[in-house]
Amino acid sequence: MGHLSDKRIKELEVLANRLRRHVIEMVAHAGSGHQGGPLGMADVFAVLYFEALKHDPKEPEWEDRDRLILSNGHTCPIRYAAMAEAGYFPVEELKTLRRLGTRLQGHPERTKLPGAETTSGPLGAGLAQAAGLAYAAKMDKKKWRVFCQTSDGEHEAGLHWEAMLFAGKNRLDNLVCIVDRNNIQIDGRTEDIMPLEPFREKYEAFNWHVLECDGNNVSAVVDALEATKSLFDKPICLVTHNVPGKGVSYMENNHLWHSQPFKPGEAEAAVKELDETRARLETELAKL
Amino acid sequence: MIRKEARLVENLLDPKIPQKPTRDGYGLGVVDAAEKDPNIVVVCADLTESTRNLDFKKRFPDRFIQVGVHEQFLAAGAAGLAMGGKIPFITSYAMFCPGRAWEQVRTNICLNETNVKIVGSHAGVSVGPDGATHQAIEDIAIMRPIPNITIVAPCDAVEARKAVVAAARWEGPVYLRFAREKTPVFTTDDSPFEIGKAATFRSGKDVAIVACGSLVHNALLAAEELAEEGLDVMVVNMHTVKPLDEKAVLHAAEACGAIVTVEEHQITGGLGGAVAECLAKTHPTIQEFVGVPNAFGESGAPTELIRHFGMDVPAIKKAVKKAHKRKTKA
Repeated sequence: MGHLSDKRIKELEVLANRLRRHVIEMVAHAGSGHQGGPLGMADVFAVLYFEALKHDPKEPEWEDRDRLILSNGHTCPIRYAAMAEAGYFPVEELKTLRRLGTRLQGHPERTKLPGAETTSGPLGAGLAQAAGLAYAAKMDKKKWRVFCQTSDGEHEAGLHWEAMLFAGKNRLDNLVCIVDRNNIQIDGRTEDIMPLEPFREKYEAFNWHVLECDGNNVSAVVDALEATKSLFDKPICLVTHNVPGKGVSYMENNHLWHSQPFKPGEAEAAVKELDETRARLETELAKL
Repeated sequence: MIRKEARLVENLLDPKIPQKPTRDGYGLGVVDAAEKDPNIVVVCADLTESTRNLDFKKRFPDRFIQVGVHEQFLAAGAAGLAMGGKIPFITSYAMFCPGRAWEQVRTNICLNETNVKIVGSHAGVSVGPDGATHQAIEDIAIMRPIPNITIVAPCDAVEARKAVVAAARWEGPVYLRFAREKTPVFTTDDSPFEIGKAATFRSGKDVAIVACGSLVHNALLAAEELAEEGLDVMVVNMHTVKPLDEKAVLHAAEACGAIVTVEEHQITGGLGGAVAECLAKTHPTIQEFVGVPNAFGESGAPTELIRHFGMDVPAIKKAVKKAHKRKTKA
């Protein structure tokens, strides 16, 4: 990936905007689903799918691909949007989210959608699977890496800490745990529900490297993911500080938009705001 | 009479028949399987010796993965190992895996269709003095409703070894149920074993016992004693609880007209339930259930507990006679 030009950074911002629009349209069309997390993670997913990951949308099972395990499965609309834009399946198919017979299940399933990598939803289980994968890769001296996207709220699950211990013990430096640190969960603020701070220190105490960045700053995400390549001997945690609902002002930082059905007009207002942002971004891009 | 095709030992009824725990069969079988397939790994949750992993660890140290007292991770991490091309045998006491780790087994292993073999040792009340906390007698019931799981409860250490080798070759998740306590070794290397195919050990026409696990031997003893009392009892070794060999169940029901199921497990949701579900839809048949009657286990000597909970030879005989009486009345 290396250092990216201002133009490429702007292109990724435009892409992230497009992913956000897909999220709104998918969830609105489905009549249910999650918006806050996916919108907050859009910049990270744009960077992952269009710069950071070694992958081939035309060959989802390519042996040497990097594996991206989505642990907080409820945020799958952002993964589906990124996969569609990357060419795993037609963008049209996004409309089938949560419908009977769809490959785009309400929570993702490995066996239904090539490239989904795992089945997830019950929180706290992704890092364990990612650590198992990373361990297998080390056994076979494979070069591919394992990325695990997690939410901050799911760090309350005991299983996640079991996986942290295992990864630390086995020095799985081919494993990157990305944390969507958006400070919200279903019932409110994470620090009210069950405080996670001091967050960084917990990972460090479990023998992990820790990096932090502004997850809604594409350039910062690019640099942070690049930096993970230069860390060795321990697994890596990348805390991305994200604004839940990012890009749609009435959703930003409001935990109720973790997931709630749109009322009439709300989705349209969100799309309108995102389209205005896109027009601005494209104007900026044209000048670069 | 005992079927020659079953190739059982000749001293089947000898009270001094050699005994071994089925978990010993696992320990041998997993080494057999690992010699043939380099992708097999063993994942252990701080119970290396008691789950009989010492030999494997010695032979294949690089393929032995110690995860500590992390049963949820044991299951979920193994799903990841399997997605990375390994065939993990995950080992603990049945109470903890699948017991504690049920949701990870269901979602990460089974729904995810990963090739993980779940080895649950210390199943049943015959765990003995450790008491109810460690006696898994609900494990078959929690595993049976999972759509793509295969469940095997071998009848002795020799069959256990074969079951492990067969499970390694079987594509998809398998739950292997083993016991702590030593029990009679009465099958031989020549006894047929195939996952999903029941073996009729004794032919008979009055009542059919369908059993799994080490109580199959008690079932045979009961049948031999009942023969002297004039009852001709069939004994079917239903080592694979899922997928159930429905053909064999139906054959037993049609041939005998009365069934007794025998298992070291809660009566609710176990082999007895599977047989009843099968027969209710195909050939409704009188059935008696030998197993733990809706109770938790407790401390005691294994044989005492088997007697206490009504799974010893006299209890099986009683159930057979009751089934026969009901059949005759009907």
